[in-house]
Amino acid sequence: MELLFEGIKKAFYLLFTLDSEVMGITLLSLNVSGIATFISLFIGVSIGTVVALSKFPGRKIVVSLINTGMGLPPVVVGLFVTIFLWRSGPFGFLGLLYTPTAMIIAQSVIATPIVMGITLAAMQQLPKKLRLQILALGATRLQMVWTLIKEARLPLLAAIMAGFGGVISEIGASIMVGGNIKGYSRVLTTATVMETGKGNFDIAIALSIILLALAYLINLILTYVQQRERPR
Amino acid sequence: MEKSSNTPILEARNLHVERAGVTLLDVPDLVINEGEVLSIIGPNGAGKTTLLQTLCYLMKPTQGEVFFRGVKVGFQLPPFEYRKRLTMVFQEPLLFDTTVFNNVASGLKFRKLKGMEIGKIVIENLELLGIAHLKDRSARTLSGGEAQRTSLARAFAIRPEILFLDEPFAALDPPTRESLMEDLEHVLKKANTTTIFATHDRMEALRLSNRIAVMKGGMIHQIGSPMEIVNHPVSEFVASFIGIETILSGRVVTKGAGTFIASISGHNIEAIGDARVGENVMCFIRPESVVISLDSARGLTSERNVFSGTVEKIIPVGPYYKIHIDCGFPLAAYITNDSCRDLSLEVGKKIKASFKATAVRIIGKNKGISKDRE
Repeated sequence: MELLFEGIKKAFYLLFTLDSEVMGITLLSLNVSGIATFISLFIGVSIGTVVALSKFPGRKIVVSLINTGMGLPPVVVGLFVTIFLWRSGPFGFLGLLYTPTAMIIAQSVIATPIVMGITLAAMQQLPKKLRLQILALGATRLQMVWTLIKEARLPLLAAIMAGFGGVISEIGASIMVGGNIKGYSRVLTTATVMETGKGNFDIAIALSIILLALAYLINLILTYVQQRERPR
Repeated sequence: MEKSSNTPILEARNLHVERAGVTLLDVPDLVINEGEVLSIIGPNGAGKTTLLQTLCYLMKPTQGEVFFRGVKVGFQLPPFEYRKRLTMVFQEPLLFDTTVFNNVASGLKFRKLKGMEIGKIVIENLELLGIAHLKDRSARTLSGGEAQRTSLARAFAIRPEILFLDEPFAALDPPTRESLMEDLEHVLKKANTTTIFATHDRMEALRLSNRIAVMKGGMIHQIGSPMEIVNHPVSEFVASFIGIETILSGRVVTKGAGTFIASISGHNIEAIGDARVGENVMCFIRPESVVISLDSARGLTSERNVFSGTVEKIIPVGPYYKIHIDCGFPLAAYITNDSCRDLSLEVGKKIKASFKATAVRIIGKNKGISKDRE
């Protein structure tokens, strides 16, 4: 028990004194996962919207693939990104393996289907006639799509949150393509694993508290979003 | 590009909509004139919505053309340009998740109007529909009636050349519907907007429109003025839908000058009109034209058609009762609550039912049936 209390005490000390190593790790985590979420937002929302609004043969298969992608195991993503970026791999010449950029790529691959799937669901949840109503008000196709995205803005916020939440707490891909290099590619999750392994519970607990706080914040926003209703 | 003023504002030719081999709409010809209010009535699934959506090109017809002021919608007038000149209000208000003001402004924003101008038009239309006080409210907090008013204000703000209304009152409770319909009637008269109004409520149609089209199975069975539809329904379906309760089939037995007598289940009914002896006919007798008196009353009435019968059913309908009578053939009558009390009507009571020869509407039976098959 003493181990836990001591750990928590030291963890808060590290947090309140803004320990440079803890802060550095946190900032890199936010940075990598933030950029990855941003990239996935662009790809996920646009493809999700297109799939939601169009009819084409094999659409059901595409939708099921997207939904499967929402649960893509990070280690599998990590493995394939590693292979692609491996020195003798197809993109080896870029020299990206074991860099934060590689982590951004891997996390984007993980977050994109999540954002895409939620976007798809959000757009399909809008009343079907809303599209006709927008067109009947004289909107161009582009204006219609933009209006629909605005109408789905709350579920889309949920998509961002879910994507971000998925990648900031992910470890498999980050450790495989980032390498957990101190002060360079070490993020919250990879650092926690390593510090726990070394028996440095104080730092591990401090990092965990930050992760938990982020998770809580995301869920708080999600809950708020889910409680809101659409107008008639 | 637009033609002379006597060109109809909207004309549909040979409109045909098919989905998965099923015909949803089959309208060979429909002309809508500037400034008129045309109601499309019919039961659920009659094709009213399909017709409306096809007419404003929200749904592409499988076949056929739509002409707006004489110009064919398509190459010369792209659907998107055409749609800018009309709008549609649906059964659901379909408001955007923003304020009432922004909702009413949305059509104007799509047209890239300037902020000052938008503000002026929006306020005008909010006042027109009596919801100026709601302008900063979120659309999420509106009642059903307020939301539908917002939806109508949003439509009128565009100043559409044709306004399509797809059962806009169907989801509202009766008092809300009544007050909204009164206001809509007023606004339509004032703006003189060409309106195509789909409803399954014949009373709404009779009240608001210059012409009524009765639809079933994707086809227009009859189109004409409210009086024409009520007094001269062309088929059994139109008659029953417009609210004529008693529909009887019989055979013409004697013919006089402008009148004839038809035998219906052995009872002779005198009617006005032209018919050949031996011809099969359908008779419609509107319930409000049937007078009920006590069986013991003296035969002072000028009505030719007087029948003894038994009260079968008494159904309260607001301020009226609908009485089903068995006279050897079924007959329905409306009487006021007061007369029902005075006559102390009850099920099983013997009464006399009478109606004038002019109250009987007749059509050739074959005509009615063939129309149904078309």
